[in-house]
Amino acid sequence: MVEIPLVEMKGISKSFGAVKALQRVDLELNHGEVLGLVGDNAAGKSTLVKILSGVYTPDEGEIFIQGQRVEFASPADSRRLGIEMIYQDLAIVPNLSIAGNIFLGREPVKSFLGIKILDKRKMIEQSRQAIGRLDVDIRSTKLSSAGLSGGQQQAVAVGRAIFFNPRVVIMDEPTAALSVKGIKKVLELVRELEERGISIILISHRLPNIFAVTDRVIILRTGRRVGERITKDTTPEEIIDLMVGMD
Amino acid sequence: MKQDKLEIARGFKNCCTRITSGLRKFGQFREAPSLVALLGIILISSLLSPHFFTGTNIKNILTQVSIIAILAMGEAYVILTGGIDLSLGSVLALVSVLIAGCMKWMNLPVYLAVTAGLGVGTLCGLTSGLLVTKVKIPSFIATLAMMAIARGLALIYAKGVPISMFPPEFRIIARYLGPISVLTLIMIGMYVIGQLILSWTRTGQYIHATGGHEEATRYLGVNVDRVKLFAFAFSGFCAAVGGVMLTARMDSAYPNVGQGYELDAIGSAVLGGISFTGGVGSVGGAFMGALVITILGNLLNLLRVSGFYQYVFKGIILAVAALSLSRGVKYAK
Repeated sequence: MVEIPLVEMKGISKSFGAVKALQRVDLELNHGEVLGLVGDNAAGKSTLVKILSGVYTPDEGEIFIQGQRVEFASPADSRRLGIEMIYQDLAIVPNLSIAGNIFLGREPVKSFLGIKILDKRKMIEQSRQAIGRLDVDIRSTKLSSAGLSGGQQQAVAVGRAIFFNPRVVIMDEPTAALSVKGIKKVLELVRELEERGISIILISHRLPNIFAVTDRVIILRTGRRVGERITKDTTPEEIIDLMVGMD
Repeated sequence: MKQDKLEIARGFKNCCTRITSGLRKFGQFREAPSLVALLGIILISSLLSPHFFTGTNIKNILTQVSIIAILAMGEAYVILTGGIDLSLGSVLALVSVLIAGCMKWMNLPVYLAVTAGLGVGTLCGLTSGLLVTKVKIPSFIATLAMMAIARGLALIYAKGVPISMFPPEFRIIARYLGPISVLTLIMIGMYVIGQLILSWTRTGQYIHATGGHEEATRYLGVNVDRVKLFAFAFSGFCAAVGGVMLTARMDSAYPNVGQGYELDAIGSAVLGGISFTGGVGSVGGAFMGALVITILGNLLNLLRVSGFYQYVFKGIILAVAALSLSRGVKYAK
């Protein structure tokens, strides 16, 4: 019996005006797998994962979660099904508190005279737990996010993604703005999430990172899927050839 | 002796550092410059005019500020989401002639007329919001269009003539309860609601988030369009409340009323430290800004400065305020 993939995207196409960003692309993600998604600039990596996270709706194609067909009208739908995304710019709202950022879109509320008001204490305490797991120095989650360092912002974005026990975490160039030490931490995090049984889609330009943590790689070129490799059976040279099309 | 002096010196030093650190903390509040401006203009006014600190004058100021402050709060909501509303004065005029017509021409009961007015005002805001979110017109243009449309509708409905002499039940709104006017009480009520929504509800949280980083807020599953619609509708509602209040206060309604009120509302928001990039500021700041503008007008009146000059003064103060407040807050958007 063939195992049903956790996520299956079939024949996804998406155009922005005259630009065909994706043309009939397939993607499948298995349980507990770390999948690398690579490609040159404008290959369609970000568009593909933004379709999975509900930011864009595909022009064509279907998405299945554990064999069930789903449609995402907004990222709220995708998050409800346990798909979290860590965006390239980390999507930190600078004028909200750290707690506000971690709970953005799913704030706990309590009833006060029949009106739903924010449960601020719960937000602050639970967000402290979320950050606490990540071994970063953040004094209080009540503080504004405006003054956070790159690493701290990263921690907030990661804390937000993993706090609600997701099934899939998508990371779009999570190491783009990081120091070497920061990159090491992200890679450790990927392994840790993997141990907890969370499936991961990792987008990165840095092939060493891809080779360090992924199980399998899908290669996109100008909006098409041009290859798939098991990481331990391939070489960076082969992947680069596929990315730039020198076959 | 020497010991004592040292003690005193040390105590003095402690005291100084405490004051400076206190000042520094105060300076971190976004509303600090607004509060300084407010205290400054109160001080100047009391020095320049002996009539400023009289009971009647303070009562006047509190009544005068009520309508502008409510408009400023509506404006603050929209600016917090990163937009702007230019239609407040016109919507106020439309609501004003509409409730007047309902009462005088259609003989509707007061509560129905007022409800209709509030409904139409909210609808105007909602329409601006739909133009911004669904038709994707920038809020500056969308509300400029609404400004023209609402003014035109007011002129059409009132056939260009004033309507006055309303039923006594309606004029209760303009009465005083002891030293405080009903107008001021309405303003306080509106501010309590406005502040509660902003700081204690999800909607309030999303208003800040939308102004701070709209894309991120959308990516996290917040319906940003609905947040903006709410802000514009709230702004329209505030304009409508202002329209009801002004109509009661003047006991008349005419379609040209409220011209330039959007300037006062936007000016109050800017003076109150609400950032035009969105997301930063409070309705308390908008209130302080409205007070500064009102007191300025009051002072110029007490000094018998012509109304023509008042526009120039307001403009200059606005420019200076924008200049001094624009430094500091910059976001990577």
